[in-house]
Amino acid sequence: MNEMSLDDITGEVNAWLDENWDPNLSLEDWRRILVDGGWATPHWPSQFFGRDFTLEQSAVVARIFNERGVVPVAQTGPRRLAAETILAMGNDDQKSRYLRPILTGEHSWCQLFSEPGSGSDLAGLSTKAQLVDGRWIINGQKVWNTSAHHADYGILVARTDWDVPKHQGISFFLIHMHQPGVEVRPLKQMNGHASFNEVFMTDAVVAAEDLVGGEGNGWAVAKTTLSYERRLGGVGRSFGGVQGDWRGRVYQEYEKELTIANEPYTWYPQRQGRVDLVLPRARETGAIQDPATRQEIARLICMQKGASLASAAAEAKRKSGSNELVPAGSIGKLAASVIARQAAHVHTLISSADAMRSGPDSAENGLVAEVLISVPAISIAGGTDEIQRNIISERVLTMPKEMRADTGPFRDIKRNE
Amino acid sequence: MQTEYTEDQEAFREVVSRFLSDKSQPAMVRELMESEEGFDSQVWQQLCSEVGLSATHFPEAYGGFGFGPVELGIIAEEMGRYIYCGPFFASCVMAGYALLASASEEAKASLLPEIATGSTIATLVLDNLNSPALVGESLTAREGRLSGNAPLVVDAQNASTLIVIAGEASGLGLYCLATDATGVQIAAVEALDSTRKLASVSFANADVRKIGDISRNTLEQIWDYLCVALAHEMIGGAQHLLESTVDYTKVRYQFGRPIGSFQSLKHRCADLLMEVEFAKAVTHHAAFCLAAGDGEPYVASMAKAMAADTYMKAAKEAIQMRGGIGFTWEEDTHLWYKRAKSSEVFLGTPAMHRERMMSLMEETA
Ligand SMILES: Cc1cc2nc3c(=O)[nH]c(=O)nc-3n(C[C@H](O)[C@H](O)[C@H](O)COP(=O)(O)OP(=O)(O)OC[C@H]3O[C@@H](n4cnc5c(N)ncnc54)[C@H](O)[C@@H]3O)c2cc1C
Repeated sequence: MNEMSLDDITGEVNAWLDENWDPNLSLEDWRRILVDGGWATPHWPSQFFGRDFTLEQSAVVARIFNERGVVPVAQTGPRRLAAETILAMGNDDQKSRYLRPILTGEHSWCQLFSEPGSGSDLAGLSTKAQLVDGRWIINGQKVWNTSAHHADYGILVARTDWDVPKHQGISFFLIHMHQPGVEVRPLKQMNGHASFNEVFMTDAVVAAEDLVGGEGNGWAVAKTTLSYERRLGGVGRSFGGVQGDWRGRVYQEYEKELTIANEPYTWYPQRQGRVDLVLPRARETGAIQDPATRQEIARLICMQKGASLASAAAEAKRKSGSNELVPAGSIGKLAASVIARQAAHVHTLISSADAMRSGPDSAENGLVAEVLISVPAISIAGGTDEIQRNIISERVLTMPKEMRADTGPFRDIKRNE
Repeated sequence: MQTEYTEDQEAFREVVSRFLSDKSQPAMVRELMESEEGFDSQVWQQLCSEVGLSATHFPEAYGGFGFGPVELGIIAEEMGRYIYCGPFFASCVMAGYALLASASEEAKASLLPEIATGSTIATLVLDNLNSPALVGESLTAREGRLSGNAPLVVDAQNASTLIVIAGEASGLGLYCLATDATGVQIAAVEALDSTRKLASVSFANADVRKIGDISRNTLEQIWDYLCVALAHEMIGGAQHLLESTVDYTKVRYQFGRPIGSFQSLKHRCADLLMEVEFAKAVTHHAAFCLAAGDGEPYVASMAKAMAADTYMKAAKEAIQMRGGIGFTWEEDTHLWYKRAKSSEVFLGTPAMHRERMMSLMEETA
């Protein structure tokens, strides 16, 4: 832990920015300075681009950056999942090779977990990794991989042992996407966008030093990724850019980066229900006067307040080192689904027959229609609601586990053809 | 504003919980609910004088400990968990808050210290328990005389002092009189939840002492304080039901396995946990807001609506997941079920509170 007081931090950040921050730098140059200065990810360890700050200390830094319109490190897409996983489970060599270009935006990443035959049952995966002449040769198919179409690297889980129980035969790799053995095909979603893909790997190659956590330990590493994913509320969040009217080369390049990176995710805020639009729309349309609609809006506000206060309470308990099991991640993820669905319901009540419309002439320039056809994603992506309920009931409430039909060597387990 | 409990407050919860787990066991609750007065006067004395719970939220000047809605919430939450039977809510919370908010200095100085020691049991007579907006229509005071009827008054049969909110020629006033005064009639009402005693109170030109003026705004504030305390009671009950139900599903076997391994029950327990966590978080937040005089103006209604829905959901699931035994008199779950049902509508239904939330929000928008 870093002992700096919040006032000292304020002083030091400002002094450092006075010295280094220059909106006329190129985006890449600025981010190098930022990352090496240790102010990009101050909650990371000091050995790797951080300052061992607590979340409270880091919040001070973020606030000052925000106030001064400072361009942050790259955050879009699944890159943060990759970064946090490598930071937590990678070796020093992997951390020093991969973390920096993730932060500077030079490399973008995707998550190669789900397969056509195994989604919820991620540990039932059957993509094969074989060690041949000191390199890992990968064969198999992944699916629903967000951002894979413009990713430079992927975090990949594959099976290295078929003769042990399923969780024990998995290994975790960092794979280079630009190679002949990797083919990416975009998939069109029910809302018309194409942010996820299929990824085919045919004799694709991973260097021996890009195995994370050791052979057969992939499940533990993947669980780290998944817990971050639940905490971050899913991959590929859109980023709004810097608030305020600022000028300089770095802003132009940052805007451009965001436009490209966010393009597949323009619908992501909509899948969360756009709670922010509910009251303004209800007031504007007069639906706020309707008693039945008011009841549903109030329910929505209650849920949202409950979810945010409960997650803050869980976070406080976690910080105070309490042993009490509070899987804020799973409850938060389930809450997000419930809130999104209720928001879509309320938007429908507000629109009434106009909810039949779509496109730029419909409510909020088409955003409301997009809410209605994007909300189903939130209860599937990143682990379905049913899986979250399994986790909550088994881990927090310690209810008995399901009867299993998938013990014993992986080879013998019934699975999708 | 406080966002989590202090160590002292957690320690206080321990004390309250230990006392109640000893003095309010289900067998005792059953005995008391069958009795007319519905409480054990010895336990009441201990609770007031030894543990000092009755005086927690009163200022020191009136014989209290000077704490506020947060500490009161802790007491109420534990009382809800153990279904404490006694005049605490009527006397200390309802009458207490009404006096604190609107009584004259003189009335506060004479009444509150006695309520604080538990030697006086008071209750608040409201002619309507559905909404603060409807209070003062049937009970009216004219020139020192009180008339009208309050059909549902908590613990009136156990009280010696009635604090009354009555309509005046214009506005509302706070009045005080003894339960044995001439012109006062108190009749026990059969209650769905017999752990909380109810009576009707009617006044026929009863001679009454005015002890304060109450604006509609103040009445709304009093209502908020009562609702937040009641919400704590409800989340305590809901938490108990969640825990006891999950425990039951681990030990009851059907089809060769614990019923807690059936996913349909697991998933509903997970949903219930989520709702209980949210209702708890909002209810605690509401107490923090009242204590700080800050926060959303509609926070009390939000807490009451959420706690009520959550408690009822927990109660329904608690019975359902126990099967036949859950529907028996012998099993204890129905005690909480009935408390949940009566609390759901006491001081306003969830729908009323959601509507109140929206009005308050739109007023300040
Ligand atoms: C928008 C979006 C983005 C995504 N991005 C990525 C990505 O970047 N990388 C990646 O690897 N994956 C990604 N996914 C995939 C996602 O993680 C999977 O779709 C999800 O885990 C479900 O797996 P599945 O589709 O195979 O469904 P299945 O697992 O076949 O589930 C079908 C149904 O069965 C239920 N079910 C399954 N098992 C159980 C059980 N044990 N108990 C109760 N019910 C059960 C499920 O809840 C679901 O309702 C994305 C998905 C979406 C929708």
